[in-house]
Amino acid sequence: MAADNLARSRNRSDEAHQLTLTFASSPDVRAAASTQRSKSPPAPAAAAVAPAEAAAPSTKASRRAAERALDDDSTEATAPAGRKRSGRNGKSGAVPATAETMAKAQREISVSEFFAKNRHLLGFDNKRKALLTTVKEAVDNSLDACEEAGILPDLEVSIAQVDEDRFRVRVRDNGPGIVKQQIPNVFGKLLYGSKFHRLKMSRGQQGIGISAAGMYGLLTTGKSVRITSRTGARKEAHYYEIQIDTRKNQPTIVEDRTVDVDWPHGTELEIELVASYNKGRQSVDEYVELTAIANPHAHIHYRPPTGDPVDFPRASNELPPPTHAIKPHPYGIELGVLIKMLHDTKSHWLSGFLSSEFSRVSARTGEEICARAKLNPRAHPRRIARQEAETLYKALQAAKLMAPPTNCLAPMGPKQILAGLLKGVQAEFYTAATRDPAVYRGNPFQIEVGLAYGGDLGPEAAGETDSGANGSAGRSESVSSRVIRFANRVPLLYQQSACCIFKSVIDTDWRRYGLSQPGGGLPQAPLLIMVHMASVWVPFTSESKEAIADYDEIRKEIKLALQECGRKLQAYVNRRKRQKFEGERRNIFERYIGEVVTACAALKRVNQDDLRRNLLKLAQSVTARADETLDEEGKVVAAGGKPARGRSRKPGKRGAKSAESLAPASEYGENTVVVERQPAPPESLLQ
Amino acid sequence: MSKKAGAARRDRKQIGEKLAGLAESVVEAARKRQDPTVRIPLRTLSNARFNKARRIIEMGDAKQDRRFFNLGMAKSFMQTLLVASGCKVLIDEDKTASIRQIYYRLKHTIAGTNEKTFNDQSESDPILEDLEVAINALREELHVFADSRGSIAGNLTVVSKGDTIDLRRMGAGGMAIPSIVEPDVFEFRKCDARFVLHVEKGTVWQRFNEDKFWKEHNCILTHGGGQPPRGVRRLLHRMHNELKLPLYCLLDNDPWGYYIYSVIKQGSINLAFESQRMAVPDAVFIGVRSGDFEEFGLTDDVKIDIDEKDIKRAKQILNYPWFEGKKEWKKEIELMLKHGFKMEVESLLTKGISFVTETYVPQKLKDKKAWLD
Repeated sequence: MAADNLARSRNRSDEAHQLTLTFASSPDVRAAASTQRSKSPPAPAAAAVAPAEAAAPSTKASRRAAERALDDDSTEATAPAGRKRSGRNGKSGAVPATAETMAKAQREISVSEFFAKNRHLLGFDNKRKALLTTVKEAVDNSLDACEEAGILPDLEVSIAQVDEDRFRVRVRDNGPGIVKQQIPNVFGKLLYGSKFHRLKMSRGQQGIGISAAGMYGLLTTGKSVRITSRTGARKEAHYYEIQIDTRKNQPTIVEDRTVDVDWPHGTELEIELVASYNKGRQSVDEYVELTAIANPHAHIHYRPPTGDPVDFPRASNELPPPTHAIKPHPYGIELGVLIKMLHDTKSHWLSGFLSSEFSRVSARTGEEICARAKLNPRAHPRRIARQEAETLYKALQAAKLMAPPTNCLAPMGPKQILAGLLKGVQAEFYTAATRDPAVYRGNPFQIEVGLAYGGDLGPEAAGETDSGANGSAGRSESVSSRVIRFANRVPLLYQQSACCIFKSVIDTDWRRYGLSQPGGGLPQAPLLIMVHMASVWVPFTSESKEAIADYDEIRKEIKLALQECGRKLQAYVNRRKRQKFEGERRNIFERYIGEVVTACAALKRVNQDDLRRNLLKLAQSVTARADETLDEEGKVVAAGGKPARGRSRKPGKRGAKSAESLAPASEYGENTVVVERQPAPPESLLQ
Repeated sequence: MSKKAGAARRDRKQIGEKLAGLAESVVEAARKRQDPTVRIPLRTLSNARFNKARRIIEMGDAKQDRRFFNLGMAKSFMQTLLVASGCKVLIDEDKTASIRQIYYRLKHTIAGTNEKTFNDQSESDPILEDLEVAINALREELHVFADSRGSIAGNLTVVSKGDTIDLRRMGAGGMAIPSIVEPDVFEFRKCDARFVLHVEKGTVWQRFNEDKFWKEHNCILTHGGGQPPRGVRRLLHRMHNELKLPLYCLLDNDPWGYYIYSVIKQGSINLAFESQRMAVPDAVFIGVRSGDFEEFGLTDDVKIDIDEKDIKRAKQILNYPWFEGKKEWKKEIELMLKHGFKMEVESLLTKGISFVTETYVPQKLKDKKAWLD
């Protein structure tokens, strides 16, 4: 239970940031939260603690925005029932004013209003991104709902263009549906949901996304959000048209009736919005494609505005294991949070509070912590909240505690990663690794990496084996590898270079694994690098959830996972180099056989067919033998004079390759898959 | 060592059979699942021996197997057989072709590729030389000749392909020295000359010819256009041995000139197998010498600074076994290095257009002490 409104002057930007993340939260059912930003005077610590489940963004940008919003806020802010309001002592205008005149202008702002003005914070900066964010929020919610209900997701995503810059997004899932009463709240209220108040791994975290999408649609087109939901085959489906009252952060129901649908359970959402549709990178197409990779257990039917519908079939019938919510770990909380928890707890004794509200704090360690803080274990938590919270906080941080439990995490696992990559990418070599759980700031997380190499990803970079490569145009152009990032199975498409994942990838020395990496950038290779971070709390750098913050612990884990996969890739790359070399060798011999036979025939009467056949057999046995004369690094042992020239660089075009294809993938280690793509039909060189 | 020098020309059939033998060995090897191989004597410095008694460079016994199923050799193996087949056709049809014509005849795109059998003539020329040593046949026996280079004029009458040619009546250009100068195509008829003067380049040769130097001094005048080709060297050899004429060389005072002299005198590394029918161990270097700069009072204008390459080449020459024990030569080269400049024959023209023909060479010819061996 973290929702809290607190402001502290101790604002290291990173901490302030963490606060935001901790406070803003997720969609779905239950408790609403409205925002109240109380600005603390710039001086000492302490803080005005606002009660209730209010959350406040506190990045610099949002603070500025909040101030702006404040100035033209004309309505009386309404908070959900049961909320108190904190006083505020900020400064607003420039004109000399008294505390009293200022007080008149000071009032609460609704979170809906705030985001209506600052929609870029939620990923609605531009038309193109608006479409992506809308689809993304809807799909994330659907997948979360299905998984939580133990249903293999079946999604239908369709985008229809209704006008030049107007699109209608419709997402239907086969999830459990939403009970009638909650529909308006879930879709018509910001920061309303089930995911915020728990430490559990899920796609959504904040409860802003889908209602923000609805709000954006309403703002740009005036059209309501349309929801149809059915909770079971025997139940009736409900149809709602909802608008959001931004000032009150309350849904307004425009239409409410029961309808007939041909599906037993699930939810269908329709939002019309001003947007633009593009193809390529950072498009909805890419998002759906990547989602399919990260969710091999989902079947997604995608109907883009133009072109043919795409079907992403289910590649695995295994649902991700259910995850458990965990209590916060003492290392991961802030002082303010601790104060709030002390205030709200039902425990009467301090030691009992510690052991029941935190993970990894036993009754005994609770007592020890109290002793270290020189506090009475029998003290009432609420008293501590007022007086000795900081001492207690320090004692908590100093205590030796086990890492938080990790059953809150549901990593994809190497098999699912491989299934996803195999489904989504036509490559030749696949490998995956899942690290053991680790912890940053008291939050458990787990890093997974998948690599796909070769095949349709592009030609191998030239100049790896053959130094004097001439001939075959285009070979010299090497392709850059591509990084795909996921957080809790959600693809991250924007702000790649700001993301911890991307930084870790370029920070890794790929040359060690036989790839070229000019200028310390991405490796130049036909390589797809997939990195997934699973965590109860993914530290995004902003509300729009585009990049993962750069924590040392996270970066270290990512690099270790990349290295583990890199080593397996290296074995394959070396083998490929060897094959390529052998193939070129054989090619040379076969290419010259024709000339030699003709020359012999000119010198002497010989049986050309016999000679050709014998030489061909020799060529094959010679190149097969030579497999063993290459060293481990795949370097050429034989002194090659002139390297291969001419066309086909297809590795091991004949003979050698077919033998390779039968080799089990395990030769490159665990969790690797080799897919032999169909080699080009052998051309007759000798006619 | 081949014994062909004095030997009579073998008939075409014999050479043709040798070539066919190459094809046979390929067929045989392929049948036995062995790597087809052509054994080629090495034409490298390491396989060149200086025969002190005969004072010529000879080819050693080292041989290299050129194998088909070896990545570094596959192409040259194919090229060797290709050149062999090209020569076989010439022999069968009794026609001759220049080495450039051979290159053009055999160059084509390999079926199904964009690769050429030969990229340029510099690939086919050494292959041809390989073939000569591999089957121990002379180039003319393979019906191949090089482009003509070098000229001759002087007190000599020859018969070439049935035409009697008086080399005193060759006008300004002289007679081009053919690539093949064997007696059947280039027969000495009448010679009154007392010696042969070989100069390095055509321009210098022109000076001497224009000044009728050969008439004045009753000699034969030749040049080889820089490093003399085989035809020129063979002709010098024949004139020296058959007409008993001493050979004097007038070359530039630089490493290049030294090496030309060395090739004329004891043969080259590359064509060591031909030395015995080409080298003239008694040849004499009369100039230009490093000391001439002072002796003839030349001006600084004639100096050409030596560069890194010159120094490297000069040291290389000093290390050749056949320069061993030649103290005069060592002094000469070291003096050039010490001076730090080199001189061309043309430098003598600063003293007057005909200084070289009227003063320099006559003086040098008289002064045997100034000769270099």
